[in-house]
Order: sequence, then C-alpha cells, then structure tokens
Amino acid sequence: MSLGKEIGLATRQFGGRSGVAWMRPSLTLLIAWRNLVHDRVRFAVTIVGIAFSTILVGIQLGMLLNFLHTTSTVVDHAGADLWVAAHGVPSVDLATPIDGRRRFQSLAVEGVAVAEPYLLHFGFWKRADGIRQIVILIGVEPGAEMGLPLTLPAGQSFREALSSPDGIIIDRLYAEKLGVTGLNQLVEINDRRARVVGFTDGIRTFTQSPYVFTSLRNARSLLGRTDNLITYVLIRLAPGQDPATVIERLSARMPDVDVMTSREFAANSQKYWLLTTGAGISIICSSLLALFVGVVIVAQTLYASTMDRLPEYAVIRAMGGPRWYLYKIVIEQAVIGGLIGSVVGIGAVAVLVYLGRNMSSPPLFPAWLAVGIGAVTVLMCVGASLVSISKITSIDPVKVFR
Amino acid sequence: MKRAVISASGVSHSFDTGPTPVTVLRDIDVEVYAGELLMLVGPSGSGKTTLLHILGRLLSPSSGVVMLYGKNTQALGEEELAALRLKYFGFIFQAYNLFPVLTATENVMVMLDLLGVSRQIARERARELLKSVGLGQRLDSFPSQLSSGQRQRVAIARALAGDPKILMADEPTAALDAESGLRAIELLQMLAHQQERAVVIVTHDPRILQFGDRVIHLEDGQIAERLATPRGPSPLHAMGAL
Ligand SMILES: Nc1ncnc2c1ncn2[C@@H]1O[C@H](COP(=O)(O)OP(=O)(O)OP(=O)(O)O)[C@@H](O)[C@H]1O
Ligand SMILES: [Mg+2]
Repeated sequence: MSLGKEIGLATRQFGGRSGVAWMRPSLTLLIAWRNLVHDRVRFAVTIVGIAFSTILVGIQLGMLLNFLHTTSTVVDHAGADLWVAAHGVPSVDLATPIDGRRRFQSLAVEGVAVAEPYLLHFGFWKRADGIRQIVILIGVEPGAEMGLPLTLPAGQSFREALSSPDGIIIDRLYAEKLGVTGLNQLVEINDRRARVVGFTDGIRTFTQSPYVFTSLRNARSLLGRTDNLITYVLIRLAPGQDPATVIERLSARMPDVDVMTSREFAANSQKYWLLTTGAGISIICSSLLALFVGVVIVAQTLYASTMDRLPEYAVIRAMGGPRWYLYKIVIEQAVIGGLIGSVVGIGAVAVLVYLGRNMSSPPLFPAWLAVGIGAVTVLMCVGASLVSISKITSIDPVKVFR
Repeated sequence: MKRAVISASGVSHSFDTGPTPVTVLRDIDVEVYAGELLMLVGPSGSGKTTLLHILGRLLSPSSGVVMLYGKNTQALGEEELAALRLKYFGFIFQAYNLFPVLTATENVMVMLDLLGVSRQIARERARELLKSVGLGQRLDSFPSQLSSGQRQRVAIARALAGDPKILMADEPTAALDAESGLRAIELLQMLAHQQERAVVIVTHDPRILQFGDRVIHLEDGQIAERLATPRGPSPLHAMGAL
C-alpha cells in the first residue's frame, strides 16, 4: 500500500494552521485575475466600459480645468504679489473702478516695494468690415514691472510698443476674429484710432472678448476718460515681507477696498465662473453621469462573473473559508479591472489632449488629474462590486450540493 | 471503548421553505469514529445528504445535539462553524466544484491558502498530494481537460490538503465507472484504516456497500437498520475480480 504512505507523508508534514490574514498575498489575486480574463468578451466589455467612462470624465474635467485656468489668465500672468480692488469684485474681468490715489496710499504702506496702476475696461472694437466686437482693454504704465503679458514673442519690446501714442497689442489667437492681418494695421476702438504694434501668444480670454493691451494713457484716451481712473493696484512686496501682514496694513489704511494675494484673486475668479455660469455644474454633472454609466457596466459584468462562480464560492464556504475571502476575490477583480480600464482610458485622454494641443482652448490634463481620475475610477469599481458582494453574503453552501 | 469523533443524538430536521414544513429527519442517533468508514445508504429522498450536511456542520438541525470531540456545536455562529469545518473536515461533493479557471494544482492550493500556508509551500504540497492520488501527469491541467474520475481525485486531494480528521463524501462514485469507483473507495478506505481518519460516505451504489465498516440504512428520515462488519474487505480484491 505505497499509495497510503505517500498520502500520509504528503499531508502530515505540516501541522501549523496559522489561518489567513487579510493582508497576506494570497491566491485570491490569481483567482480574481483568471475570473476576469476567463470570458474574453466580458473582459473586453468591462475594460472598454471603464476606459470610456474614464475618457469622458478626463476630457470633460480637462475642459473644465482649461476653462477655470482661462478665467484667471491675466491674474496669473500679471506677476503681482497683491491686488487692490474695489470692494466685492467677484472676478478679474468684472471690475469696477477705484480712485487712482489708491496707488500712492498703497506705496506709503510698510512692506510695499512697488505699486502700479492697472486699468481694465470693456471697449468696442470696430473691424474694417464694420462688424463690432467687445474687447477688454488693459492699460498699464509703459515702464510697469507687473501686469505685462509674459509671452511676448522674442524681438518685440512691450515697453517700446506701448510708448507710441496709439499703440495696442492683441493676441495672435484673436487676430482673425478682430480682423487684424499684420503689424501697424489701423483699427478703431470706441470710435478712436489705434494701431496694432505687437502680438502676444496664448493669452486666452474666458469671456470670448479678446484682451487688448495698451498703455494706461492710451487706454484712458480710448475710453474718453480724463480723470485718473484705475481698476486695480498691483503690488510687489519688499523682500522678506509676509503677505498676510502687509494685507492687514493695507486694509487698515484703506478699509473700503479689497486686498488679496494673486492666488486668492485667481481662485475667486475661478470660483465665481464655476458657480455662477452653470457650465461648471453641467460639466460636473455629466462627468458624474459618465462615471455612473461606467459603474453600471462594471457592476453588470462583475455580477455575471460572480454568478458563474457561485458553486465554487459555495465550496470555499463549505470547506470553511471565511466570507471575506470571497469578498476579497470580488473586490480584487474590481480593482484589477478598474486599474486596467483607467490606465487605458487615461492613456487615450493623454493622446487626445496631445493631438488637440493647438485648439483654441485645449483641455488641460495634468498628472494630478490623471491620478485622481484613476483613483476615483478604481473606487467606483469597488463600489460596483457591492452588488456581487451582497450575492455572496447570501451563499448557503448546503443549497449548492443538492 | 472508542471515543466518538462526532456524536449526534435526537437529531430531527425539517425544511420550512415550502407552504408546509417537510420533516426530513426524525430522531436520529449517529456516532462517527476515527479509523472507520461509515456508509449512509437508503432510497432517494430518505435524508442521507441532509444528515451528512448536519454531521459536517454545514447545516444546523431543527432539534437535537451534534457533538464534535465531545463539545456541543449548537451554539456556534456561522463564521465559527466555518472555522470548525476548516480545521476538522474535508468534503468531497458529487459535482466536484473545482474552479474551472484554476489548474489541478491551484485548486488544491486554495485549501492550503485558506489555512494560511505560504504560496510556495502550498504549491509543493499540492503537487505531492496530486501525485499521491495518481495525477502526477496532470498537475497543470484545467478541470475541463480532466476526466470525471480525475476531477474527483483532484477534489479528494483538495479535501485532504488540510489534513482533516474527518472526511465526508456525498455519492463519491456516482459519476465513475466501476473501476474508478473501486479505486476511489480503496483510497477512502485506506485513509480511514491507515491514517485513523473518520470517513463518512453517502451512497446509492450497491457495489461499494460491502466496503463500509458500518452501514446505516435510512428510510423516510429514520434509521431502518444498522449493520456492522468487523472490518470491511479491501476493494483491491474486488478489483482483481473485474
Ligand atoms: N432545501 C430544502 N427545502 C425543502 N425540502 C428539501 C430541501 N432539501 C432537501 N429537501 C427534501 O428533503 C428530503 C431529503 O433530501 P436529501 O437530499 O437529504 O435526500 P437523499 O437521501 O440525499 O436523496 P438522494 O439519494 O436522491 O440524494 C427530500 O424529500 C428533499 O425533497
Ligand atoms: Mg443526496
């Protein structure tokens, strides 16, 4: 009876029964993987479903991010430490004027190194063909350190350009929209004459009204103003100054205006458009919808595969396996599917974003957004496994063996 | 006198899933001993499987007491009973219920995984076990690539992987031809006689009845007859006669 001796040897050699610990790498991962790929069609449906929902969410949030980014472009590009604005200005483009003397009051405050006027106002641009466009005029002093677009093409000096009495600068992106074909073209703003003396590159506008940069003096004359109207005071701090302390001092000195950091002002502008224009809400809603569709597909395929394995799961219960062992299989199956699907989806979004990089407002897809979407997708897949888990909870090993 | 591994007394069971409760077992007393092959036989519907499930602590009887090594198991919760099964029992079911996505070796490894044996050691053990049930050539085959007799041997290897004191098999020979059936019974008999395990088999199969050390006849949920042979004959002799 050699057979008996062999079995005796095989089974008696280990006595230690340590039990399964949650974290120990176990066979569940292998079972989960094989379950997932066993049915090729179902596997493909799962991955495509997850990838599609990731793509939809990725592109939409990428657009939202671009949209938000654009709402604060001029603030981000201005290079100021602090902004002084009329009380309650909700967004940089929706400005109300303040007294030009605010600049000198600011300069007198300890910790302020530079304070410069900044004028922002709507104007009417008339094309050669007579069509009118609303533009946003931005005026700074020709010698200003702040408020200038950073992306001026090489070879052009913003300062020289703005020292001419009728010079304006627009962005190349909007040249066509404004009917501008080349340098030194004469145009009309508010029925006054101006001359295009330079182009910026990539300063997008969120309101669809292009920005027109010019000197403070030109801006005032185009607007027909003779007072010393300004919209903002841009402040650079003296080295080593704490922004919060200087803001406190400025507010104490000028209690009827708002003083905030660039970052705060940019965030406020973004928040304002996000919450007041429905666009943000609708993008977020459709992203949630895309996620939901993904979850339904995953829940469905996962459930089908769990149903297929029910007899085997019942055997594991009968053999004495704890329930969580089965939960682990299902959750790992969901996580693996979620990871593969979202990596495929995120890869596709990255390719699409790359291909669309020259669009007038391409979606932004920074690494943190990619990682965030991946994490949310995997979490949603785990959520989708709950349906299957509830099925496993009710497994009665006895019922399967009739 | 031998100490019972399992002793059930006054066990009755009724299923109340239908409109009226169906009483399936009535006042059953059974003892299961180590080193013994116990057969439960009887007509279809007489309650054999139900009794096996109760003895194997898969099912709690409506009334009566089931003791395991002298300890009452009635008060235990579902997860506690599962832990008990993991520790003491090995089950071989008629539809072997192997994972179709796992190889023979991996199917056996699942049991060892439940017991917390590391992957590498588990793989070695699983291979040894499969070799010892004569499947050394099919270690990496999937269940769909195996005959039903081979599948059943994988199921036996899986049941043995945890080195259980008690083995329970429901109709282990039903799907097998005469020779494979006798081989399976020989294996189970050896596990009882040489390794002091308690083996309980439910069967319809008259061919294997003679190999039981004790036979309990169930009829209509009651014990109709108890037979004992001092020691069942070896199926190897029967095989020689084939
Ligand atoms: N879950 C259940 N609900 C209701 N009745 C059940 C249930 N399980 C079994 N029964 C009934 O209990 C009785 C005994 O069933 P059991 O499976 O124990 O019989 P058996 O002796 O194993 O029969 P067979 O030889 O056909 O396998 C049968 O009449 C069956 O219909
Ligand atoms: Mg039965």
